[in-house]
Amino acid sequence: MAEVLTHAEPHDEHDHTPHGWRRWVYSTNHKDIGTMYLVFACLMFFIGGGAAMLIRLELFKPGLQFFDPQFFNSLTTMHALIMIFGAIMPAWTGLANWMIPMQLGAPDMALPRLNNLSFWILPFAFTLLLGSFFVPGGAPAGGWTMYPPLILQTGAAFPMLIFAVHLMGASSILGAINVIVTIMNMRAPGISLLRMPLFVWTWLITAYLLIAVMPVLAGAVTMLLTDHFFGTTFFTAAGGGDPVMFQHIFWFFGHPEVYILILPAFGIVSEVIPTFSRKPLFGYETMVYATASIAFLSFIVWAHHMFTVGMPLAGQLFFMLSTMLIAVPTGVKVFNWTATMWKGSLSFEPPMLFALAFLFLFTIGGFSGLMLAIVPADYQYQDTYFVVAHFHYVLVPGTIFGIMAGVYYWLPKWTGRMYDLTLAKWHFWLSTIFVNVLFFPQHFLGLAGMPRRIPDYAVQFTDWNMVSSLGGFGFGLSQLLFPYLIWKCVRSGVPIGNRAWEGAHGLEWELPSPPPHHSWTEPPSDAVIARGCAH
Amino acid sequence: MIRQKLAHLSFALAASVATLTAHAESGWNQLNMTQGVTHISREIYHLHMRIFWICVAIGVLVFGVMIWSIVNYRKSKGAVPDVTLVHNTKVEVLWTVIPVVILVVMAVPAAKTLVEIEDTTKTELSVKVTGFQWGWQYDYLDDGVMYFSRLDHRSDAARELLSGVDPESVENYLLNVDHPFVVPVDTKVRLLVTGADVIHSWWMPAFGVKKDAIPGFVNEAWFKIDKDKPGLYRGQCAELCGRDHGFMPIVVDARSKEDFAAWLKQKAAEQKQAAAPGAPSAAAPTAATEERAPWPKS
Repeated sequence: MAEVLTHAEPHDEHDHTPHGWRRWVYSTNHKDIGTMYLVFACLMFFIGGGAAMLIRLELFKPGLQFFDPQFFNSLTTMHALIMIFGAIMPAWTGLANWMIPMQLGAPDMALPRLNNLSFWILPFAFTLLLGSFFVPGGAPAGGWTMYPPLILQTGAAFPMLIFAVHLMGASSILGAINVIVTIMNMRAPGISLLRMPLFVWTWLITAYLLIAVMPVLAGAVTMLLTDHFFGTTFFTAAGGGDPVMFQHIFWFFGHPEVYILILPAFGIVSEVIPTFSRKPLFGYETMVYATASIAFLSFIVWAHHMFTVGMPLAGQLFFMLSTMLIAVPTGVKVFNWTATMWKGSLSFEPPMLFALAFLFLFTIGGFSGLMLAIVPADYQYQDTYFVVAHFHYVLVPGTIFGIMAGVYYWLPKWTGRMYDLTLAKWHFWLSTIFVNVLFFPQHFLGLAGMPRRIPDYAVQFTDWNMVSSLGGFGFGLSQLLFPYLIWKCVRSGVPIGNRAWEGAHGLEWELPSPPPHHSWTEPPSDAVIARGCAH
Repeated sequence: MIRQKLAHLSFALAASVATLTAHAESGWNQLNMTQGVTHISREIYHLHMRIFWICVAIGVLVFGVMIWSIVNYRKSKGAVPDVTLVHNTKVEVLWTVIPVVILVVMAVPAAKTLVEIEDTTKTELSVKVTGFQWGWQYDYLDDGVMYFSRLDHRSDAARELLSGVDPESVENYLLNVDHPFVVPVDTKVRLLVTGADVIHSWWMPAFGVKKDAIPGFVNEAWFKIDKDKPGLYRGQCAELCGRDHGFMPIVVDARSKEDFAAWLKQKAAEQKQAAAPGAPSAAAPTAATEERAPWPKS
């Protein structure tokens, strides 16, 4: 205690927030870096969304009205890359930055300078990637999956794509290291691993996934690079290479990546539903083990993305069974969330609304996932709009709604102000209605035989494409409410106390709103921990 | 000004609604997977429907409980939370075991069908199918017949950017080719699928066949069309293969065994004759060059 007192003066100096551009560029503060991550993610969400709007515009009716097919392919490729690496992953890292230290009773992330670096890599990565629209040959158009030999036909954008992917990967790995080190070392005394909030748990598992698979992606794209420029033939059959090997390596990264995108959403939903059900999470430990099982299984299901490449029967059977197995822990999670609401006392503030939409619509995405696991049926679904509908159901009303739920849940904590609840409910209802108008008909299109990644289609697919496009425009426009609402909250929201929501538990709600520059300068007391970490 | 904009908007909306209703029939007929015209495609359809109904049943149950909770346990209705309800081993074991059982029930027939699909023995006709940017090449290995198949002229003209041609006015827009792939019905036809440049995927929904065409690999697939189902069947390339990926349809012309034999004989003679005036030794390449001409006159 004496030491704390003697250092009180310089410590206060240190707490003083730097002003101007230095506050952001030189930032080592988890909240400022978290904010930058979230703002960056929001910007990318709108750029990637803009690409999606253009895609839906061209697909509104048959015939080519706006774009050359090559540019259309660039749009689909860039939409995916921007949304996955630019919007969703940075949004999760931003939320991790903001919340993990606050939820663990820590003053900041364990590695603040690394934190600064991992964020500031991203603007360079995306300048490189987006800049590829303006080079000869246009932006990459071989799909975000970058399958050779097609991707090797990319023009001047090719090395830009590869290096952008390398940079994104480096940023993710650094962020993941920081999360793991923080969780392992910065927990306040008394917070054992099995007392951590589920958002922290899911992020811990996500961070391990990231460290495991981002280097695999880096390896794969490096081999593409050397195939293109240095005469190697890793993926060229004519030189003794194997184009299918790329797919195996890519999806060994790609499937865990899918869980990297969704696991933190599981965490958020596991915090929001108990809060607004005024009841502890049902089966806390089961939730942790289910998440870990999903993460483990994610490493042994990759080939279900490529059932049509011509695998041996035994391989197909193995990947069918392992994929079906994922339904078990995922089902357990859905049942646990449902049981949390059972005999609860529910209220329907915006975070809860988004979490509920997540619960219903993610489950629909899970059902189509189960259908896709059935190999013979997958032969008909593979590379059609059925797959597009499936992964957009898990990524938009799944992941994106999870992020929305998280932001609406913690925004009052971050800003110290309550946002416009009515406007947020409008945002919710418009998003939920339009997201279904947008993606549900795509199931029909896929089953009726429409392949994905095509700029123009046979006339019998017109109706559902029109419906889908109208839903897309509605969904895109509704999202403009989101930044407006945040801006309005920051400027003129009603000031709010520590605990923004009646049923909220967790250490973050024990701090003032907005929290101090360094979250917990002293570890929370046992009483506070007991109150905050009660499952 | 605003009124004018609103008028524009409402007009646009009305127009799209009108178009929608005009298409309504085709839309509602386009909801599900085709049953197809082969034994395998029907098996696949039934697997698809079985897993679909299982999902519907689970959905009704799970969504039912969720909706029940949302309706009945509202704070606004005075619901008091039962904070002791955080764990129940019996229920948790049950909802882990039941899904496993359902999955096994589903996996067994799926595996059976898969074994059937993978059985490429006892085929009666072998055709090498090569995907290229952007079309298909069909090579009847035992009969010296080979030709290319590409998007037909009318679709090709209509699909240009701002072509001014209404796709509705083009018969089988984007699903028609210059030279369909001719096969006999009631015959186990084996496809040897490969790619010439990048990866393509040969997909015929009516046969339940989708196989990637990969350069350097030869993949096997097969189908046996019902005896009473000759006709034209349409599909598309299913793997992104570059700029014109959306414009490389597949059309299969299924004929009776007799008609097919006659066609094959005639085609073989034609190709032999076409090759004859040149050096006889270069028969196949000559035929290939001729067929490779951008758009053969029809």
